[in-house]
Amino acid sequence: MNDQSHKWIGKRTIRPDGADKVTGRAAYAADATMPGMVWGKVLRSPHPHAVIKSIDTSKAEALPGVKAVATAADFVDFPVDTPVPLGIQDMRWMSRNMLAKEKVLFHGHPIAAVAATSEEIAAEACALIEVDYDVLPFAIEIDDALAKDAPILHDFIEFEGRKSNIAGTLEHKLGDVEAGFAEADVIVERSFTTKPVHQGYIETHACVVSVAPDDRTTIWSSSQGQFMVRAMTAYLTGIPQSHIKAIPAEIGGGFGGKTIVYLEPVATILSKKSGRPVKMVMTREEVMRATGPTSGSKSTVKIGAKKDGTIVAGQGTFYLQAGCLPGSPIRGAAGCAFAPYDIKNVHSFGYDVVSNRSKVAAYRAPGAPIGAFAVECVLDEVAEKLGMDPLKLRLKNAAKEGTKAAHGPTFPRIGYAETVEEALNSTHYKTPLTGKYQGRGVASGFWFNAGGESSAQVNITEDGNVVVTTGHPDIGGSRASIANITAELLGIDYDQVSVQIGDTATIGYSNLTGGSRVLFASAMVVTESTEQVIEQLKGRAAKIWGIDPSQVVWENGEARPMGEHSANFPSMSLEELAAKANATGGPIGAGSQSNTVGAEGGFATHVCDVEVDVDLGIVRVIRYTCFQDVGRAIHPSYVEGQLQGGMAQGIGWALNEEYIYDKNGRVDNPGFLDYRMPVCSDLPMLDCGIIEIPNPKHPQGVRGVGEVPLVPGPAAVRNAVYDALGIRIDDLPLSPPSVLAAIDANSRQAAE
Amino acid sequence: MAKIHVSTTINGEPTEFLCDPADTVLDTLRDTLGLTGSKEGCGSGDCGACSITIDGRLVCSCLVLAAEADGHEIETIEGMAGSDHLHPLQRKFLETAALQCGICTPGFLMAAKSLLEKNPDPTETEVRYWLAGNLCRCTGYDKIVRAVMETAAEMREGAR
Ligand code: FES
Ligand code: FES
Repeated sequence: MNDQSHKWIGKRTIRPDGADKVTGRAAYAADATMPGMVWGKVLRSPHPHAVIKSIDTSKAEALPGVKAVATAADFVDFPVDTPVPLGIQDMRWMSRNMLAKEKVLFHGHPIAAVAATSEEIAAEACALIEVDYDVLPFAIEIDDALAKDAPILHDFIEFEGRKSNIAGTLEHKLGDVEAGFAEADVIVERSFTTKPVHQGYIETHACVVSVAPDDRTTIWSSSQGQFMVRAMTAYLTGIPQSHIKAIPAEIGGGFGGKTIVYLEPVATILSKKSGRPVKMVMTREEVMRATGPTSGSKSTVKIGAKKDGTIVAGQGTFYLQAGCLPGSPIRGAAGCAFAPYDIKNVHSFGYDVVSNRSKVAAYRAPGAPIGAFAVECVLDEVAEKLGMDPLKLRLKNAAKEGTKAAHGPTFPRIGYAETVEEALNSTHYKTPLTGKYQGRGVASGFWFNAGGESSAQVNITEDGNVVVTTGHPDIGGSRASIANITAELLGIDYDQVSVQIGDTATIGYSNLTGGSRVLFASAMVVTESTEQVIEQLKGRAAKIWGIDPSQVVWENGEARPMGEHSANFPSMSLEELAAKANATGGPIGAGSQSNTVGAEGGFATHVCDVEVDVDLGIVRVIRYTCFQDVGRAIHPSYVEGQLQGGMAQGIGWALNEEYIYDKNGRVDNPGFLDYRMPVCSDLPMLDCGIIEIPNPKHPQGVRGVGEVPLVPGPAAVRNAVYDALGIRIDDLPLSPPSVLAAIDANSRQAAE
Repeated sequence: MAKIHVSTTINGEPTEFLCDPADTVLDTLRDTLGLTGSKEGCGSGDCGACSITIDGRLVCSCLVLAAEADGHEIETIEGMAGSDHLHPLQRKFLETAALQCGICTPGFLMAAKSLLEKNPDPTETEVRYWLAGNLCRCTGYDKIVRAVMETAAEMREGAR
């Protein structure tokens, strides 16, 4: 949409933090140092599953250069029988993930930490810590963990009256699926598996922490939420939140993986014990072994439709790996899977399965791509059986305003059908494929999106410019969008607005950069604050002119008298009013804090073209377009950036990314060489079809944008590979060996 | 272990430092010299976030020992802009939003600069293969490739 009524909203402005980021000045967590700083390192478990009988740190402590050693005993204890929820996390599991307590639960699980004058000495000291283990059998894959005689990770977890590795379930039910399937002319049922994939942020986890003798604590770290860092550190160390200042460093990617802590509380205790600031930086190998990823999964989906294409029933069962502690995103899988469709009878079921792998962390629309993969692949087959275009099948069943979704809500005005229509009408979809082994696939996806708590402060500087402070780390250009909105509302030049991310002592509580919520929520509080500032400015002008504030309008960055006074006074600019601020009542500025609601879901439809090298099994994506309802693109470039990044990650998930375990329960590919994320030469240009159906519940019409673009990807790629080869591969990734195996199996079958 | 004395030129400045035999150029730049613009994404030559040039050749600074830099000329991201102007690539990256989180950006800029010095008129495929040693998880590379090609076109235009 090209809305001419806006001066800054919808403009591709230069981000306020841009120059710092292209010159190497921007300070990420690992770039920080403090005087007297020492280095922290973590000792990690060599076993995937073992009881810790004892830990002897005396030799490590005696090593010259060692300043402190910490184990779980130095932290607040969270007994397993008392839940302590914090957001979607539980401190019982957070504490045990940060440092193993009773047991080590995966290879690479942290056991103890050392601070020393150099990283080398800290590592040497870690090797001197003696841990006595009782090694236990382990389970890595879902089937191993669910087997009858599976090793049980946690004695306190029971399912259906027995000790189990199923840590939780979730069910969504709408209508009566049995009755629905009875009406169906076509029924397709299929089972799928997906591998865990890592968020793959290029910046590893890092922090510098300084604890003064009175426990006043400063944390400089890379996270998706400085307030989350403060809260979790406070919980785990016992230091009150008021004593902790968590400073958000620039963040080098997160994608959900930095919504929890690994290092900050450990560095805090090491700093407290040593009396020195402590820096900790993970290696890439540590990131791959012990942080994230998202769940691997196993699912079965059954969909029934009538001859005319009406979907009458959908049923899904989704088993998701939680890693070693409870908490996989079953809500995303079971809740989002069928959400794009208006289906009267839906039953979806999620199982949270623990096994001896690193605890999963959020990854872009957590769980949703897993659910969508199964549903969208089955829909492809339903369309084929009906002889219907797969997009037309989706359009016929598209959820719209008033549709009741199985996960609860009744949708307001949404733009799902528009994404399918745009895809159908696109030149991409209309352009015929040319090569023998080329294929085209489509898929759709949904993500809940989130609102939640945000705070903002808008201050007018003495020289008539504006400083906006918000509380959300800027991962993908959100500062530029906030500046666009502020400049628009005030009617001033974009360059007059500076946007800062406050630390926990500077700005009010602001929830995570996650859930596609940042621009949605921060735009709301920034709008409220700016509107208050405008009221103040009108009041100041009224005071100067000696008229009633209701007789003043704010327009184009100026206060103007109106009505009977309109000719009496020349209008006053922001600069003039700022210069007179002290004489008219003092500093001009306003803050707003709120628990925002009305985020509403986001929808996307993807079209993917591939070409398969049938000799090598290599799938190349040759054209890709994402059609998404973004509400309103405040800064179109960064909206496109979210879409393109999501497309690339979906392609990686579909084609190459996976965790490979050896027979000893260790990750065999803990680096970027063997964990193969898409590189520049793997991808084509990634096209965006931005659709703007403004969110009626937001002042600028914003909908969350960041997560949906990952959701349809894996299914779109897999459906394209089917179109190219005529073979339905149901297990991700479609890496060269698996594609070759599928081609071979297919030709053997054909020969028989 | 005894430290090694190294004399280099960094971004045009004669620079001396002491290093351990096992230190990489990246360690030295970041931890000894405070030049933190070069980033460590992997430490194994797989992400390109640490890209610099040594005597004009693009390298991963995490794979070069600091002691090997003796007598050589190093260029890092900190040397790319002038005091009052950005390099055309830096400007274009900002104009086209070719960065999101920005952690990969110094490496991409160093790599792209090195490409354009060798090949002022690269095709899209040449850009993609040259930059294949630099990982970006945020952008899907689309805007990066466009930024490099547009800069190349503008620089060719400017050189005429
Ligand atoms: S840090 Fe040097 S290539 Fe990744
Ligand atoms: S912009 Fe984040 S990794 Fe490239």
